[in-house]
Amino acid sequence: MTALRPLLGKDLRILRRSPALVALLIIYPIAIAILIGLALSSSPALPRVAFLNEIPPSQATIQLGSETIKTTRYEKELFQAIQPVRVASVAQAIEDVRNGTTIAALIIPPALPEQLASASQTAYVKVIYNGNAVNQSLVEQAIESKLAQANALLAAQLSKVADSYINLLLTGGRLNFLGASYQILGLVKAREMLAAIAAHLPASSPTRREIVQVEGFAQVAVSHLGGSKSVIGAVAAPIAVQQETLSGRRTPLNNYAVAVAVSVSLMFVCILLASGMLALEREEGTLGRLRRGLVSAGLLLSEKALLAALVGLAVSFAMLAGIGLFVPLGWGRVALWLAAMAAGGIAFATLGVAMGALVRDVRAASLLALFVSLPLVFLALVPQATVSAGLFEVIRIVSAVFPFKAALEALDAAINQSQPSLLEALGHLAALIAGFGAIARLALRP
Amino acid sequence: MTQLEARGLSKRFGERVAVSDVSFSLGTGEVLAIIGPNGAGKTTLLSMLAGSLVPTAGELHLPPARAIGWVPQQSAVYSKLSVAENLRLFAKLERVADPDAAVAAMLEQTGLRTRAGDEVGSLSGGNRQRVNIAIGLIADPAVLLLDEPSSALDPRQRARLWEFINARVAGGTSVAFATHDIAEAERYAGQLLVLADGELLFAGPPEDLGAAEHEHDLERAFVHFLTERGH
Repeated sequence: MTALRPLLGKDLRILRRSPALVALLIIYPIAIAILIGLALSSSPALPRVAFLNEIPPSQATIQLGSETIKTTRYEKELFQAIQPVRVASVAQAIEDVRNGTTIAALIIPPALPEQLASASQTAYVKVIYNGNAVNQSLVEQAIESKLAQANALLAAQLSKVADSYINLLLTGGRLNFLGASYQILGLVKAREMLAAIAAHLPASSPTRREIVQVEGFAQVAVSHLGGSKSVIGAVAAPIAVQQETLSGRRTPLNNYAVAVAVSVSLMFVCILLASGMLALEREEGTLGRLRRGLVSAGLLLSEKALLAALVGLAVSFAMLAGIGLFVPLGWGRVALWLAAMAAGGIAFATLGVAMGALVRDVRAASLLALFVSLPLVFLALVPQATVSAGLFEVIRIVSAVFPFKAALEALDAAINQSQPSLLEALGHLAALIAGFGAIARLALRP
Repeated sequence: MTQLEARGLSKRFGERVAVSDVSFSLGTGEVLAIIGPNGAGKTTLLSMLAGSLVPTAGELHLPPARAIGWVPQQSAVYSKLSVAENLRLFAKLERVADPDAAVAAMLEQTGLRTRAGDEVGSLSGGNRQRVNIAIGLIADPAVLLLDEPSSALDPRQRARLWEFINARVAGGTSVAFATHDIAEAERYAGQLLVLADGELLFAGPPEDLGAAEHEHDLERAFVHFLTERGH
């Protein structure tokens, strides 16, 4: 172990004398922290959409029974999802889409209030796209979600109107229609009146028999109309979502993005540095000199892994602290962050030394590190539902035998208290450290 | 007194036999030259003696690793460190009692004192090789192994190198070196090993090889010797 200090000192000196690398190690976490911080703390840019409302101001309010619907209310809802560029005509809207001023145009036709008020025909809004699939998808998502909300609100309003008409039919009252006012008797009262009349007629009277039949119908109508109110309510919102998370705590997407960003940075710094520093020993010819009894393979590998993990820890902690300026993080858990980053860093560095031991020079080590690391990140982030069960099982196994997923889970657990637990993830990382350490030792055999 | 002894030493890399059944010994203060055509197994043999390679078969009796100085063919030094930093690092790894004194002595002996603070990467090939050799000697080893030590040196530097090595030999250091320069082997070595395709074809004093081939010129005797044996 007495060789550890001079070896570490030597490698730090070599690092210090590589100004480009030092600059990268300092600038990288700062730049990434600022970028991620800004991206997570600022609102996403809304798509610019040409907007033309052809409804005359005098018709902007729709009367549905006793309910009054203002179309401007839905306009406001929609403008939360798009950045509207108001235009004066359909021609101008199309021109704006063609010349790229806007990525789409949304036109509210003048007949919309009439279509809505009739309740018998579907109301349409018109969207014009520029042919770019990405833009179309972006606007579709923005508009469709808002239209779905507007539809739900309208359905609720229409349901209330239908409800009031049914109440009027059942219990009676005053109906205002086309400026005139009418008194409605109501089925309940009508049935009572029929029952009273029938009671005064002789039992053998044919009129009584007919009145009793009409009274029975009134009774059936009252029962079924009462039931139809709940049916109309259900149609207004046929499916509602009840959310439940089966286990653990769901990580907010922003905080998960922080864990991903820190894990990726930790991985690149540790793997590239560990593999590069070990490959440098071979490239300089010093590996043979060290391995002839001066330094054991275990000590040499541990020194490289320790150096890379320490630098990786410093870089990723600086990055996390930087992101913390933009995104609220639980600083009370800082000890757990450090534990997760240290374990992840050692696991990545051990994978790095295994790679460095297998190749002959620094360039090959860097290329190998990149070729292996990038697919691992993508694989670890593939959501379960997006691929077939068999393929996902393969991805799960591949992700399990490399440290990225375990390091991400450890960091996510440390930062966001997510599942699996930090202890479980640390155990996984420890197993990987042992495995890659053995591979590296094997590759360094004289 | 025997400092180093090899018996039936062999090394295979997969199917390829790099060194096959080589036996020899090296006494205190002796100088042994290993010669042979390219691919003969000279570097492999020296690497096994240095402890950088593990033999596939055979026995090796060596002093402890720290008593062996190793100067590989390609300079094995850190380009980003200065001459003095390289020497100090290996002095510490070799557990030299007083690293700073050893570094100062080695800088003086190799004539690198004025370049002590220069990064090795900025040195000429000859000076790099001097650093390479200085590292091999930093722990004042009992046995010095050199793989083509003078190949990157000009005649003046070569003469100086041998002057330096001979001074060590006079002090009792045993030296084994591989070379393509037959004249160098004849001039400095008391014992000669001739290797070809990993096999030991000759072991003995250089003059015995000349006598066996009836040649006064050792280089011609060496070529004739190899040709006769199909190499």
